[in-house]
Amino acid sequence: MASILSIENLYKTFQNGSKEVKVLDNINFSVEEGDSLSIVGASGSGKTTLLGLCAGLDKPSYGNVKLRNTLLNKLSEDELAQLRNQLVGFIFQNFQLIPTLTALENVMVPLELRGEKNIKKVSAELLGRVGLADRLDHYPTQLSGGEQQRVAIARAFSNRPKILFADEPTGNLDEETSASIEKLLFEINKEQGTTLILVTHDSELAAKTNHILRLKGGKVID
Amino acid sequence: MDKQLTITPSKYSRSWPWLMAWRDSRKSKGKLLLFILSISLGIAALVGITSFRENLLDEINDQAKTLLGADISVKGSKPLPDSLATAFNSILGDSSRESYFASMALFPRTDGTRLVQVRGLEGNYPYYGEIEAEPAASAQRFKEGKYALVDEKLMIQYNVEIGDSVKIGLTQFEVIGKLRKIPGQTSIGATAAPVVYIPYQYLEATGLIKKGSRVNYLSYYQIKNQTDTAGVWKGLVKTAQQKGYDVDDIEEKKEETGRSFKDLTNFLRLVAFIALLLGAIGVGSSIYVYTKEKGKIIATLRCLGMKSGQAISIYLIQVGVFGLIGATIGALGGVLMHVYLPAILEDFIPVSLNPTISWASVMSGLVIGVVISILFALFSLVALRKISPMQAIRGDFDKISKRPDVIQMGIALVITGFILLLVYVQIQGWKDAFIFTGILLASVIVLGFIGKGLSWSVRQLMSDKLPYVWRQGLSNLYRPYNQTSLLITTLGLGTAFIATLFFMQNLLVDRVTIAGADERPNTILFDIQTPQIEEVKELTLNYDLPVMQEVPIVTMRLMEINGITKDKASNDSTLKIPNYAYNREYRVTYRDSLINSEEVSEGKWYGKYENPADTIFISVAEGYAQNLNLKIGDELLFNVQGALLTTYVASFRDIDWNRVQTNFLVVFPTGVLEKAPQFHVLITRINNNELSARYQQAVVRSYPNISIIDLELILKTLEEILGKIAFVIRFMALFSIGTGIVMLISSIILSRFQRMRENVLLRTLGASSKQLWKIIFAEYFFLGAMGAFTGILLAITFTVLLGTFVFEFAFIPNPLQIGVIFFSVTALTVSIGLFNSRSVVSQSPLEVLRRE
Repeated sequence: MASILSIENLYKTFQNGSKEVKVLDNINFSVEEGDSLSIVGASGSGKTTLLGLCAGLDKPSYGNVKLRNTLLNKLSEDELAQLRNQLVGFIFQNFQLIPTLTALENVMVPLELRGEKNIKKVSAELLGRVGLADRLDHYPTQLSGGEQQRVAIARAFSNRPKILFADEPTGNLDEETSASIEKLLFEINKEQGTTLILVTHDSELAAKTNHILRLKGGKVID
Repeated sequence: MDKQLTITPSKYSRSWPWLMAWRDSRKSKGKLLLFILSISLGIAALVGITSFRENLLDEINDQAKTLLGADISVKGSKPLPDSLATAFNSILGDSSRESYFASMALFPRTDGTRLVQVRGLEGNYPYYGEIEAEPAASAQRFKEGKYALVDEKLMIQYNVEIGDSVKIGLTQFEVIGKLRKIPGQTSIGATAAPVVYIPYQYLEATGLIKKGSRVNYLSYYQIKNQTDTAGVWKGLVKTAQQKGYDVDDIEEKKEETGRSFKDLTNFLRLVAFIALLLGAIGVGSSIYVYTKEKGKIIATLRCLGMKSGQAISIYLIQVGVFGLIGATIGALGGVLMHVYLPAILEDFIPVSLNPTISWASVMSGLVIGVVISILFALFSLVALRKISPMQAIRGDFDKISKRPDVIQMGIALVITGFILLLVYVQIQGWKDAFIFTGILLASVIVLGFIGKGLSWSVRQLMSDKLPYVWRQGLSNLYRPYNQTSLLITTLGLGTAFIATLFFMQNLLVDRVTIAGADERPNTILFDIQTPQIEEVKELTLNYDLPVMQEVPIVTMRLMEINGITKDKASNDSTLKIPNYAYNREYRVTYRDSLINSEEVSEGKWYGKYENPADTIFISVAEGYAQNLNLKIGDELLFNVQGALLTTYVASFRDIDWNRVQTNFLVVFPTGVLEKAPQFHVLITRINNNELSARYQQAVVRSYPNISIIDLELILKTLEEILGKIAFVIRFMALFSIGTGIVMLISSIILSRFQRMRENVLLRTLGASSKQLWKIIFAEYFFLGAMGAFTGILLAITFTVLLGTFVFEFAFIPNPLQIGVIFFSVTALTVSIGLFNSRSVVSQSPLEVLRRE
């Protein structure tokens, strides 16, 4: 299988006053299309920073991030935005729904950004798929946490991404809701054949992915 | 083989940002209300004033012929010599003659006396417009016998009826009509100097036209045949001007009338502009808050593939649309105001005004509203391009660059340029526009530094001994993400503008009040002939009235300054001698000492001329000397009714013109002008109306040539005029103050965004309502007090500058006024701050966080 994501000699440092803080230290790995990977580690180990770099949300201090063999470092911010729109899906720990849009409109946004037409039906079907057929016109504040994350899942899959980045997708949910969200996430992922990169504290959730990358102090330990 | 990724350009629809702008605004309408209010008040003021001005200029244009009443008028202080009259008649068509002068009118039936403007008319004038009188036929018939037309208000005031008589000088006329309006006169003008028309042929019979009398002679012409006599005409006008006559045509009259309203409309436009500027700051503040709240949404959309330009365009569309809504509401308000303004100002306007909608003003108001909204919002909006998508997964991820944003600096430059352009359009002068914009810019910079200084000082001076709530409240002024500098700038600038308007308004009102002091003279007798002066003094003393001042006046013209004649001065602009220096008639006095309203500011005072071989040393008013570029020792040649006198400037006098005194531009020493034709002025004070009437009647009966100015009457008229002007100023200031308050609210809401979460956390950690109120109070009290303080300091500077360079008065700050402004701004800041934070105190923390 071809590798969809490859990370080579990746470093990320931040300036804290006069001090330079190394957040990621020489990370190397690759993920094949359709595969799944969990990034785990303690708080402050660099998980979220690594996820951001993999998704092209931030630029590394040194090293390469290749998505489908394209070096992200060289792309402009707008090219990265287009790439995310065409290839990438996101699920966030705190859902990040647009509060001023209804559930349906939230799901439609990635497709609208692509300029696709007649997307209402597809988006409504996706919301039906996550069990929210009767909540299409609700605003995020009118939905529970679990329902908001379902909308976020529908939105993440609406542009049929090749790779899905999920940052602690169940971190803000109770056990029961978490279980149903995890089930939904893996089901749709499988249906669409999407590559899944997951950041989590939850070892049970991590165990459901094919590979696990353990971070400690910004370095891969396993 | 690995697949190579190709990034295909998005085919996203151009309407998507519009769709998103609409969706996003559905839940933000309340937040954008302040934005709309900010823009609408400023635009209302601007459209109202501009429409009024355009309407006025259009009417002056349309009614120009009726302003002059003829095609050409020739005016002088002597009758037009036959040679010139014949020459004018040969080129032009029909002509009429008019003479006018101030004199007392006596109404024998009621024994009323009043200073009036006597106008003697002959011929078919006015050729355009009409003398409005009742009955209408009397406007022509009065020229046929010993008849008079008397100003209608005067007739009512003195209980005069048609058929009564009016005595002008030595002659009695029958009143045959009520005079309503004459070409080019305003109602206020008619109140100050009511007109009595008599036939021209009876002017001599009044006995009031003598050598030295101040009579104006006018000849009016109607052009019958338009023939090409340009060369001859030019020559004729030049000859007339050289002989001291002013030749006016319709174009000149139009310009002159337009010019007299320029200052008023420019002032009002400047006030409107200040409202607009405050509105613009309000726009800037509200959009700053708005975009801060949108950071997370933009970060998420960036994750989903939105480009940075698309983020800016979503909010730019909102700003544009809401700006247009605000500007439209403002333009409607402006149109309403325009309907209202002519009604207030009609007494000052020589033309009749029918308010018509000026579409050009409305359109420019809409364009300016939208451009201001976009420009001032763009400053905050361009920062959106720097929002990293990482913020969606890490809320605290914020790349703060220490380097200034080049695009933001560019926008600041464009905003400055736009303000400069707007000020220029308002006041039509680059120099003034640069000064105004420069002062504004300097104020913003100074306020910014004061804000930074305040943060620093509070941090340095913060004491552990202060109670916790005060420490918490005050430390908000310097903690990360504080808005102290921005808030001090906006609060300070708003306060500065509002306080300046407040000070200026009170100064204008004070000017009227000073004139009403008890000890000032209130009756002036002038045109007293030399043989009459002792008798008039005696008469005055017989009525137990004080002779407060008695001065001789000699009229003369200036022929040369250091040998430079009028012709030479007008041909050589480097000499910088204004034409009026030669054109005006100088009313000069002579005395051996200074009076209490003047002091020598430069040079030496010479009171006496004793020897015919001596040099004549004169004294000139300081301000006038500056206008003429005069220096001590300069030689001035005067023509004293035929006799030429060479004089030298020996001193400059600083004169307090606000006192009711006879003050003079030029004062001669005694011993020079005693034999010249002259008249005298006597000043007294009469405390009682009945005594005043008896005294005036006695003077007029014995000396018909003497005119009496009743200052009480003039002051009443003046109070009426100033009252109306003050109302317009207050009305306009209300717009500025209204916008200022909206701007203050926007500024204070700036800080809510930052403080809300902190206060909710404190609440969660167990802070009591009382503690929270105190913390919020401490922060806003300090911000309000500092903003008010710096704003008032700026306003004092602005008012002193305006007073010195524009209005020529000394401004002494009134502690009570300052206290009122300081207290109001601080109280307003604290109230808005507390009101905005009420939900933190009254609702559960979770509820607040969910809503925010």
